[in-house]
Amino acid sequence: MGIRIIFNLLQVVVVMLFAPLMAGTTSRLKEIVQSKRGPSILQPYRDIWKLFHKDEVVSDRSSWLFRFTPYIVFVTPIFVTLLIPVLTSYPLFFAFMADMLGGGFVLALGGFFATLAAVDTANPYGPMGASRTRLVGFLAEPVFMIVFFTVSFVAGSTIPYIVQQRWVNPISNFFEPAHVLVMLAFFILILAEGGRIPVDNPSGHFELAMIDESKGLEYSGPSAALMKWGGEMKLFVLLCIFLNVLVAPWGLAQSTGLSDVLLAIPLVLLKILAFVLVLVAVECSLAKLRLFRISEFLGAAFVISVAAMITWVFAL
Amino acid sequence: MPHPAAVSPLLVQFNALAGGLFLLCTFGMVATRQVQGCMRFFIWQSIFLAASACLLGLRPLSWHLLAVAAINLINKPILIPWLLRRTVPEEIYTRREISQVLNIPISLLVALGLAVGAYFLSEPLLKVGATQRIGVNLPIGLAALLLGAYTLTVRREAVPQLLGLLSMENGAFFTSLAVAPELHLFVELVVAFDVLIAVFVIGVLTRAIHEHIGTTDVGSLAVLKEESSR
Repeated sequence: MGIRIIFNLLQVVVVMLFAPLMAGTTSRLKEIVQSKRGPSILQPYRDIWKLFHKDEVVSDRSSWLFRFTPYIVFVTPIFVTLLIPVLTSYPLFFAFMADMLGGGFVLALGGFFATLAAVDTANPYGPMGASRTRLVGFLAEPVFMIVFFTVSFVAGSTIPYIVQQRWVNPISNFFEPAHVLVMLAFFILILAEGGRIPVDNPSGHFELAMIDESKGLEYSGPSAALMKWGGEMKLFVLLCIFLNVLVAPWGLAQSTGLSDVLLAIPLVLLKILAFVLVLVAVECSLAKLRLFRISEFLGAAFVISVAAMITWVFAL
Repeated sequence: MPHPAAVSPLLVQFNALAGGLFLLCTFGMVATRQVQGCMRFFIWQSIFLAASACLLGLRPLSWHLLAVAAINLINKPILIPWLLRRTVPEEIYTRREISQVLNIPISLLVALGLAVGAYFLSEPLLKVGATQRIGVNLPIGLAALLLGAYTLTVRREAVPQLLGLLSMENGAFFTSLAVAPELHLFVELVVAFDVLIAVFVIGVLTRAIHEHIGTTDVGSLAVLKEESSR
C-alpha cells in the first residue's frame, strides 16, 4: 500500500517537473519549423525561476479572489494527476477518489477561478479574454460530455484505469469507429482547451486578439509563475489522459517494481514528444480562425463525438 | 450477431472504421465552406467506399466486390474530379464562400439529426436476421443518402449540389455492398458510366450558366425573368 502512495506522489513530481519542458519543446519546434532559431527548450524553467524571484504588485482594488486564484490554478492539475494513469497501468492509491468526470470538473474549477480573477481587477482586457474563454468553454463543454459518456459507456466504467484496457484488449478494438472518432474529437478539444492555433494563438502578444492569455495579464512575480506553471501542467495532464487512456496505453509500468516505474517515465515522455510533433504540424499548417468561426470548428467536434456515440450505440 | 462462417474480427472492425470515416466525410461535405473542400471530402468519401468494398470482398473472397472497389477507385476519386475541373470554370474553385440557406452550425445539427434518424430507420430492418456487415453498412449508407439529399436542398451553388447528388449515389452504393453483394457487375459498370455522364452534363450546364450570368448560384435562379419584371 505504501509503495502505491509513493508512486502516486512520483506521478505528481513527474508532471510538475516535465510540464515546462513540454511547453519549451513545443515552442522551440514551432520556431524551427518557421525557420527561426527560437529560445532554448529550458526557457520555461528560467522564466518560472525568474518570476519567483521578483516582487509582486497587486492592485488594492482587487479582492481575495485575485490573490487566491494562482494557487487554485496551480493545485487543480496536481489533484487530477492523482486520479489518472501517468506512469502505471494499475490503479494507484488515490485513483478511486474521483472518476473522469470528477477530474474534468476539478480541471474546470481552475479555469473558472481564472475567469473570475480576470474580471476582478477591471483591467479592460481581462474581462474580454474571460468572456471569450467562456465562449470557447461552453462550446467545448458538450463535446467533453459526449466524449466522456461514450468512453465510459463503451468501457462500462468511468475510472480511467479500467477504460484504458478496453481499447487495446483485444487489439481489434483499437480500430472501432467509435474509438477513432472519439480520439479525433478529443484532439480537437485539446486544441481548444489548450488555446492552440486554430482556436487561439499561444505566442501572440496582441491583446485584442487574445483568448486564453489575457486572463493572466495582471499577474506579476510568483503569482504569474504559478499561473504559467499551472497552465503548462494542465496541458500536460490533458495529454496524459489523451495518450495513456485513449490512444496508446502502452509503455506504462505493469508491475510494482521501482525500476519498471522509472522506466515508464522516458516512455511516457516519448509519447508526449510524438504528440507534440503532431501538434506542431497542426499549428504550423493552419491559420487562426476568426472568433465566430470557432463555433463551427467546435460544432464539427461535436458532430464527430455524436457520430462516435451513434456508431457504438446502434452497432450490432 | 456474428455469422457462423466468422470473418476475422479485425476485418469487420476495419470495415466499421471505413464506415465511420465515410460518415465523417459526408458530414464534412455538409460543413465545409469551400467548393474545393467539398470536393476533397467527396474524394475521401469515395476512397472509403472503395476501401469498404475491398474489405468486404477479402473474406469470403469475392472477385466481384474487388472489381467494384477498383471501378470505384478509378471512377470517383480520379475521373469525376478531373471531369469537373475540365468543364466547370476555374474561378468557382478559388472562391472561398459557398452560399447556403442555413448557417453552418445549424445545418450541422440538422445533419446530425438526419444521421440519428437514419440509424433509427434502419433498426427495424436490421432485426430481420442481419449479419454484422449489414449492421455497419446499411445505416451509414442510409445516412449518407439522407445527408446528400440535404446538401442538395441547402446549398445554392451548382457544384456542391452536384456533389450532394454524388454523395447520395455513394450512400446507396455503400448500402448495396453489404445488402446485395452479388449484384451483376454489368449493373455496376452502367452506374459508373451513368454517374460520369451526369457529371459531364451538369458540368457543361454549369459552365453555360456561368457564362450567361457570371455566377453558379443556381439557388437564386428560381424565378423567370419575364415573370419578375412584370
